Amino acid sequence: MDGHFAASDAGLDVARVREDFPILAQTVRGKPLVFLDSAASAQKPRQVISAMVRCMETAYANVHRGPYYLSEQATDAYEAARAAVARFLGAADAREVVFTRNATESINLVAHSYGRGVLRPGQAVLISEMEHHANIVPWQMLRDGHGVELRVCRVTEAGEIDLEDLSAKLADGKVGLVAVTHMSNVLGTVTPAERIAALAHEAGALVLFDGSQAAVHRRVDVQAIGADFYAFTGHKLYGPTGIGVLWARAELLDRMPPFLGGGEMISSVTFEKTEWAPAPAKFEAGTPPIVEAVGLRAAIDYVSAIGMPASEAHERRLVDHAMRRLSDVEGLTVLGRAQDRGGVFSFALDNAHPHDLSTLLDRAGIAVRAGRHCAEPLHARFGLEGGTCRASFGLYTTVEEVDTLAEALTKAREFFN
Amino acid sequence: MFDDLRDLYQEVILDHGRKPRNFRRLEGANRVARGDNPLCGDRMELFVNVSPEGRIAEAAFQGRGCAISMASASLMTETVRGKTQAEAAELSGKFRELAMSGVCPDCGASLAGEMERLQPLAGVHEFPSRVKCATLAWHTLNAALADGAEERNATSE
Repeated sequence: MDGHFAASDAGLDVARVREDFPILAQTVRGKPLVFLDSAASAQKPRQVISAMVRCMETAYANVHRGPYYLSEQATDAYEAARAAVARFLGAADAREVVFTRNATESINLVAHSYGRGVLRPGQAVLISEMEHHANIVPWQMLRDGHGVELRVCRVTEAGEIDLEDLSAKLADGKVGLVAVTHMSNVLGTVTPAERIAALAHEAGALVLFDGSQAAVHRRVDVQAIGADFYAFTGHKLYGPTGIGVLWARAELLDRMPPFLGGGEMISSVTFEKTEWAPAPAKFEAGTPPIVEAVGLRAAIDYVSAIGMPASEAHERRLVDHAMRRLSDVEGLTVLGRAQDRGGVFSFALDNAHPHDLSTLLDRAGIAVRAGRHCAEPLHARFGLEGGTCRASFGLYTTVEEVDTLAEALTKAREFFN
Repeated sequence: MFDDLRDLYQEVILDHGRKPRNFRRLEGANRVARGDNPLCGDRMELFVNVSPEGRIAEAAFQGRGCAISMASASLMTETVRGKTQAEAAELSGKFRELAMSGVCPDCGASLAGEMERLQPLAGVHEFPSRVKCATLAWHTLNAALADGAEERNATSE
């Protein structure tokens, strides 16, 4: 597949990419589909779809159980997916990769297992104002159930993590874990992960990154960043739903008690005593998402073949174009103006509620999300309790689609005047 | 580009959405309820004054939301004024049917004039994700008028 995209040094051949995504060919309400909701869930290329079909048609059985040919095939494919994820993240060892259901489950796993098993009451967890609810609620549950303090780092007016505030909230040495996003799903802000990890470590804290968006838009190297935990999900990375990843340093996984109990995660069971299997099996109770792992591996192969340099260049072009075009739309406020931002834009029109606006855009074939995008505190921070509309880009997004959005926004404003 | 959306966003909807009627806190209201649509963040507080004879003397609301939910609440506060609680409940049921199906076969029988006033909202039935915007105010009214409810909260879910 490496040859598939090799032609273009100048950047990404978007037309070629679009051919890989069958869903994009359709019209919606008589208009060509303009899909701008990839941050919620990305569309799937044929390569992912066919890998999953092939798995089910030719090499499917339960994994790590059957001493027979098909089970061995499936087990090999499942473990190869783990190895692919490890390479994708720059992990030292595939055993540091735990498969979960999604990033939400990955964070809950850490909150439950590391939070209850290793953090002590009186210690603190530090999150930020720009977190997705998935990186807020598990920590509130830990606070309420385990007596851990929850601290919240401020976000600046530009939509960036306030590093001075972060340092101040780390200063007393009580923070055991910093849990922040690597890229905001609302502002598009890419956070300075290395700097945050360094500040956390200086203060004696570990650091978890919610990489749900960043893993799609930036090259991630967990060792270079200095991460301790890294969570992301398959379905935003052009892979299937139902599979997520938690990466954690091996010694942390070894120290952590299991999250869910059941088959697969044990080495021996009697009614008196059960011994846990070593990680990652310790954290993968029950039959895992086998076909989904194969799909995720195909997705990683797909984005790797395109290469992060080409996809980042494509995204930069879209972001620059969107900044220009959206700032020309009268009455439109775009949330955040971070130095380093990926292809996610949240915006509000002065004369239309986001819900009304998204209904109009839908009429023009444009799919955007409306509401608070699972980040209610961040919208409150910017005084936009009523929410925003969000346009988010993928590998298949074109400059022309950004133009279509900008034109529709101008016409929508006229409509409501 | 959006001409076919005029069925949904009729002038009366846009007008009530921009300038909702009875948009205020009603001092001395004897029924109060809050309505929430957690999906989109719409939120309203409804104030109703029920007379000793059981008629809605006045209804008012405050809150935030899209044009559809604001217009629906605005039209509702106008429509239920002077109605008995039983009539308000009947209107609520009929409106729900209108919003979900676009038609209301029983509407000729009683309260026909009132339903006529709510007719501009019938267009939402073509937008399944927006029906809840139109019905939130009426869910909230049901909660406000419910007997013996300790906490009068409604959600669109």
